[in-house]
Amino acid sequence: MAEGTLRRTPLFEEHKALGARLVPFAGWEMPVQYEGIKAEHEAVRTRAGLFDVSHMGEVAFRGAQAEEAVQRLVTRDVSRLAVGQTGYAAVCLPDGGTVDDVLVYRTPEDFLIVVNAANREGDLAHFREHTQDLDVEMVDESDDWSLLALQGPEAAAILQRFTGTNLPEIGYYRYEVGEVDDRYALISRTGYTGEDGFELYVRPDDAAEVWRKLTKAGATPTGLGARDTLRLEAGMCLYGNELDRETTPLEAGIGFAVHLNKPVEFVGQEALRQEKEEGLRKKLVGFEVEGRGIARHGHEVTVDGETVGEVTSGTLSPTLNRAIGLALVRPEVEDSFEIIIRDKAVAAHAVGLPFYKREAKERSC
Amino acid sequence: MSVPGELQYTKTHEWVRIEGETATIGITEHAQDELGDVVFVELPEEGRTLDAGDSFGAVESVKAVSDLYAPLAGEVIEVNGTLGDNPEKINEDPYGEGWILKLRVSGEPDLLSAEDYEKLLEQAE
Repeated sequence: MAEGTLRRTPLFEEHKALGARLVPFAGWEMPVQYEGIKAEHEAVRTRAGLFDVSHMGEVAFRGAQAEEAVQRLVTRDVSRLAVGQTGYAAVCLPDGGTVDDVLVYRTPEDFLIVVNAANREGDLAHFREHTQDLDVEMVDESDDWSLLALQGPEAAAILQRFTGTNLPEIGYYRYEVGEVDDRYALISRTGYTGEDGFELYVRPDDAAEVWRKLTKAGATPTGLGARDTLRLEAGMCLYGNELDRETTPLEAGIGFAVHLNKPVEFVGQEALRQEKEEGLRKKLVGFEVEGRGIARHGHEVTVDGETVGEVTSGTLSPTLNRAIGLALVRPEVEDSFEIIIRDKAVAAHAVGLPFYKREAKERSC
Repeated sequence: MSVPGELQYTKTHEWVRIEGETATIGITEHAQDELGDVVFVELPEEGRTLDAGDSFGAVESVKAVSDLYAPLAGEVIEVNGTLGDNPEKINEDPYGEGWILKLRVSGEPDLLSAEDYEKLLEQAE
């Protein structure tokens, strides 16, 4: 894509002023790092970091059959979501392959689905295709929202200075509509880092001022580079790496977001039910590299010289200082295997996910 | 970005210091800045003979891998073993403690002057 056609978030000038390295990402010009990935990663683990994730898309579902439409489109049973609650879910093809992974918010009138930037258009086409017979209005509200993620053990204390909403009352995967710095905000206790924190949906015109206030109060500007190492340590999937149209949510290890006994059949449900009965075609494993080297996306996984899978994500974990990663491998693969790192077979072993888990006490504010 | 005048350079952002038959090689300040935090360096074995342009190892940051290319032909006589435990030296001191290897030069080098390398960087801006 030519650079001139890249989209910019309302925080673009803030990033430039901070000296961010801006790179093309899913059609957007986004900050990959400011000071450095390691320093930003550590800031989120020990204090608080602030991310601009305004490239994410938001689609509102309204109308008499909005719930039925959402039920049909996502793997989670959203009838069990109360107003004020949000749930992680997958969107599947009829064959079970994954179109996207999303957050579903139940709002007083309707639903809001938050989608990955790269999938926004594909999702909308998929949503429309499968709900043509329903009385539902789908509105792409992506341009009406900016999204800031404030993450880390000090996130709640920092945010509380700018809002009248009583943050300790917002449970994990819950949200409140309120104000931040006297500006309209949906305050959601969610994130993609493995830390306590909030995702703040604000109006684009307010985003820069909220960003400046929160960074001034101590949140470290954090780029997409650290977002990736943080989510990987937390064992969270990234669409395009662990999840794609050839991989089902069961295979990618997010079965917890798949409710096979929903009252309304969802697209892909039969295929997933069948895969569950017959056994997975591949499975996601977390691993640690034993030898020297860092496994990366696309590296082959082998056992006795035979290819048994592929690394979906890999990095040097800044917190653990070890080379970690995720791989999709054949279901029969056991705990020891090799990864072909730059033409050399390097020993690796499976480890339980997540690689990093915060201490429970850090979650309360 | 610092580009010391006494060194020579390659288009692939290595620097070379030639002293007699010995060439000390590292990556430039620009290269380490582009990479970000260096977390792993793959070094060749001592005694290996390289042709100009041969890939002899790699520098990895949290995010990316960058191949290293021999700026000139020669035999590897020493590698900077301290990079194993302290790869960040490449970020902190790319022209000093962050050097990567030493070659006994065997061919006629074809390298860029500091001035030419600076022009290359300006063009890339």
